[in-house]
Amino acid sequence: MYVAVKGGEAAIDHAHRLLADRRRGDRTVPAITEAQITEQLSLAVDRVMAEASLYDPGLAALAIRQARGDMIEAIFILRAYRTTLPRFGSSQPLDTRHMRIERRISATYKDLPGGQLLGPTFDYTHRLIDPDLVGDPEVPEPARRDGGLDNIARVADILDGESLIETEADADIVPGDITREPSEFPMSRPERLQSLARGDEGFLLALAYSTQRGYGRSHPFVGEIRIGLAEVEIDVPELGVAVTLGEVRITECQMVNQFKGTADKPPQFTRGYGLVFGQSERKAMAMSLCDRALRAAEYGEEIVAPAQDEEFVISHCDNVQATGFVEHLKLPHYVDFQAELGLVRRLRTAWEERGVLLEDDDSEAPLGEAAQ
Amino acid sequence: MDATATPIDPEMKRRRRMSLLARASTAELDATWAALAVPSDVTDLRGPETGLVMLTGRIGGDGGRFNLGEATVSRSTVRLPSGEVGFGQMLGSDRLMARRAAILDAAAETAEGAPIVARLCDEIETRLDRERQTSDAETAATRVDFFTLVRGED
Repeated sequence: MYVAVKGGEAAIDHAHRLLADRRRGDRTVPAITEAQITEQLSLAVDRVMAEASLYDPGLAALAIRQARGDMIEAIFILRAYRTTLPRFGSSQPLDTRHMRIERRISATYKDLPGGQLLGPTFDYTHRLIDPDLVGDPEVPEPARRDGGLDNIARVADILDGESLIETEADADIVPGDITREPSEFPMSRPERLQSLARGDEGFLLALAYSTQRGYGRSHPFVGEIRIGLAEVEIDVPELGVAVTLGEVRITECQMVNQFKGTADKPPQFTRGYGLVFGQSERKAMAMSLCDRALRAAEYGEEIVAPAQDEEFVISHCDNVQATGFVEHLKLPHYVDFQAELGLVRRLRTAWEERGVLLEDDDSEAPLGEAAQ
Repeated sequence: MDATATPIDPEMKRRRRMSLLARASTAELDATWAALAVPSDVTDLRGPETGLVMLTGRIGGDGGRFNLGEATVSRSTVRLPSGEVGFGQMLGSDRLMARRAAILDAAAETAEGAPIVARLCDEIETRLDRERQTSDAETAATRVDFFTLVRGED
């Protein structure tokens, strides 16, 4: 039960003023700018855009700054902003085949067309804190190699050539939109992917990890990860043509999973798919593992683990919803609590009258029957 | 968009122009703005306004469509006093840039404006090509060249 109570306006005003002060911190230290955040903390910006489900690096940077670096708070702010804007339409599907590749690796084929392109990765770094980064050291320009990046074949196509991997149905139906229609289970795979794409990285990572540790059948290989810039194209009805609006950075993960086959389906590799805003390999990998785990029913696999339970995964992966419900507990529940207090007191009285336990003020005495 | 295709019909030409104007930098727009005699009484037919476009992907990269998430898009439709209508739209929240792009799109339909906007579009295209070449060369430098260690009695 909620009861409106007035009061605390001055306290709230002062708290927000204090927040603004603490956010700014020591005034002798220069204020951080949105451009610095987008350029130098770009993976934080990417995460906020992905989980807010809104691609706008400048606004994401502003949200991170406003939230003092609290990522879920920043995601919440950006998600809220999203609801104030009208929807103009839908883009044509992003073309990950022809996007400008910044990284592409495969764990299944060493010598695949286009090669293994490491890009700007943390892999193979020693994960030792680097004192040389203190201050503003000179950073050398990247190395370059001429010859371009032609023919970066998809790993799925290579397996497809042998018919050893399931093919995705290219049904051009309009996908469901979880931001427009209330979620109903079971969900379609497009709706599930939309939920996962904006799901909390930590939650999906933990679930993906659980599938590897035996909670759900999983024998995954990274068929391919590609990070790059895809052009956003939209139809302009007035002109009857599609035009480019710009580029977005995305990360795609094709997870390839062994499948033993059933009476109807031959043994083959099945796929889990991950697609995420920004450079976000961990999230894309976790998403693809969760996507495959959630397809258990499709393959007649026994649903025994949390990661395979669609309602569990989808209902709890959104960190804005999760934080809203968890954090609401700190808001005044004075009346609820008074009711509970009254109830516990009555129960306690009834219990004590049955003589099972001594009264509180006799707590020094030995327990129960022994005292008598 | 295949920006390198030679624009033939007016629709393709406009498609190329709008797609390039969407990628213009502030500095590029400012420079052209100064060179162009922009009439003061441009009519705003729509916007400038910022809204959302739902970006879609394909399952597995090549399967059925799904909604990935939204992006901010700013757009504007204008009419010049001489009657030409222009469209501008681009990713991001910069309404002013979208309006400028729309005005340039309309100006490209006028005799005086056409060469100026064409030059701007070529400039943008050249820059985008250069950026892509640089980025590709930087990525290519991180390609792994495997070598097999000699093993066994082969």
